[in-house]
Amino acid sequence: MRAATAPRSPERLLLVDPARGTFDDATPRGLVRLLGPGDLLVVNDAATLPASLAGAVRGEPVEVRLLDGEGERFRAVLLGAGDWRTRTEHRPPPPPVTRGDEIELRASLPPPAERGEGRGGGRGCAEALKARVEGVSELSPRLVRLVFDRSGAELYRALYAVGRPIQYAHVASPLELWSVQTGYAARPWAVEMPSAGRPLSFELVLELRRRGVAFATLTHAAGLSATGDPAIDAALPLPERYEIPEPTIAAVERADRVIAVGTSVVRALEGAFARHGVLRPGRGETDLVLREGFEPRVVDALLTGMHEKDASHFALLQAFAPRALLESAYAHAEEAGYLGHEFGDATLILGAAA
Amino acid sequence: MDWRGKAALVTGASRGLGRALAEELARRGARVALVARGEAALEGAAAGIRASGGVAHAVVGDVGEKRAIHAIAGAAAALVGPIDALFLNASTLGPTPLRLLLDTDCEDLERVLAVNLVGPFRLAKAVAGSMLLRGSGVVVAVSSDAALEAYPRWGAYSASKAALDHLVRVFAAELAETGVRFVSVDPGDMDTDMHAAALPDADRSRLARPEDVARRILDSLDRASSGARLVTT
Repeated sequence: MRAATAPRSPERLLLVDPARGTFDDATPRGLVRLLGPGDLLVVNDAATLPASLAGAVRGEPVEVRLLDGEGERFRAVLLGAGDWRTRTEHRPPPPPVTRGDEIELRASLPPPAERGEGRGGGRGCAEALKARVEGVSELSPRLVRLVFDRSGAELYRALYAVGRPIQYAHVASPLELWSVQTGYAARPWAVEMPSAGRPLSFELVLELRRRGVAFATLTHAAGLSATGDPAIDAALPLPERYEIPEPTIAAVERADRVIAVGTSVVRALEGAFARHGVLRPGRGETDLVLREGFEPRVVDALLTGMHEKDASHFALLQAFAPRALLESAYAHAEEAGYLGHEFGDATLILGAAA
Repeated sequence: MDWRGKAALVTGASRGLGRALAEELARRGARVALVARGEAALEGAAAGIRASGGVAHAVVGDVGEKRAIHAIAGAAAALVGPIDALFLNASTLGPTPLRLLLDTDCEDLERVLAVNLVGPFRLAKAVAGSMLLRGSGVVVAVSSDAALEAYPRWGAYSASKAALDHLVRVFAAELAETGVRFVSVDPGDMDTDMHAAALPDADRSRLARPEDVARRILDSLDRASSGARLVTT
């Protein structure tokens, strides 16, 4: 599927109806006639952290891509020299690190003053941000646990000053932080944009609300979609943390049909249900992997993006619709010129029993 | 309004009304992210709240800078949780002594609009979408009687506050019945550094204390309908 090469809102919506075994062309705007009273859209309100940090270990260049973290402790994947213009799988490996190594992180762009953009604002730090390697995974020497040299507001100030959003080789220009946020983002728990919500302009949200469609939020720490390391990529998605607020549990219980906006929402809701046998409010971590044969117990339908057929995303869709139907629908979408990836078009898979 | 457990973000929180609002919010049980440019004063304000048993974090940033907005909104939400109440309090007069409009440099007007109007718009946009999907929240913009009255020499500041008031009204109209309220507040003349810079000859003993005004603002917020312009003098 052709990739959207610049930030844009989805223009097309591929509607897949497993109950009827059909697919159809629609637009995001068309959601107003597809959804109505009794429907609940659950979104992942995680903001996107600038999770790509350029730095050096023992003088050798390294890129740190944060996965998730709390306090001053983060899990991260290390990449070698180069930048986003090279696909991750073609990047050289990072210098080997061991427990106790220190990584010094610096801004990958000069501070705004040097670029003629005036005062420092949220950027600019007195001294370099440092992270110590606290552990190296048995899965891959590139998957590490880091401890930063500061925490709380000081750490966030430094991360936003030094970090850049994770970039994509298929996107023509470097992405700014505001290009990878949803309009309803809150806590910066995601390291890649929860992009399934891109069709939801506020014009559309308000129109859906007027028609009786309900909305609810949860926060899911969506991790990296790929790392370029076969051992890590085979293990993705790694366990991810989530928080489901109490009002969202009540909204799910009231709803006739729960539509997850994005696979991270499916992972949080189904992961929480799988662990407890019931939905409970609060925080948790899930290692649930969605694939063909998985039977969703909470989520009835899925609004999501469009990705390559060989990507894990496509395998995951098979929890909601048969592979043959999805393949036909995707073949049609490709033929009809739909665009894929983070800034691509959208897919709505209605529930099998809907 | 029960502020216990609520998350609040206050800009211009290192001194004056912003600091008083942050302190009063924390006293009432809110977790507060304080935002300002000056690190030392801001950390002092946050440390004072923490010393009194409140929850406060100092988020250093300039709301007049485009690049600072997601850093401010992201850090604040990470530290205190999804924002329930946003106080758009930071503002600048522009150069003082205040000047006639014909003596005002265009760049100075632009900077005043960046801090007093565009910054608040950007921050509201970064925060209120989450409020909308959660179905509750309040955004409070601190205005001035200069938004209504045409005082000579207050041109840049006046125009920015008039536009801010109207931004609030349009946000309120667009988000009617959603549970998200937009309110502007005219706090009246207060004994602050900003007041002293604008009117150095004023009798400070006759000016309201910011902490009293902060209390009145929070007390009157419960009764304020979205789109309202509160006057707390």
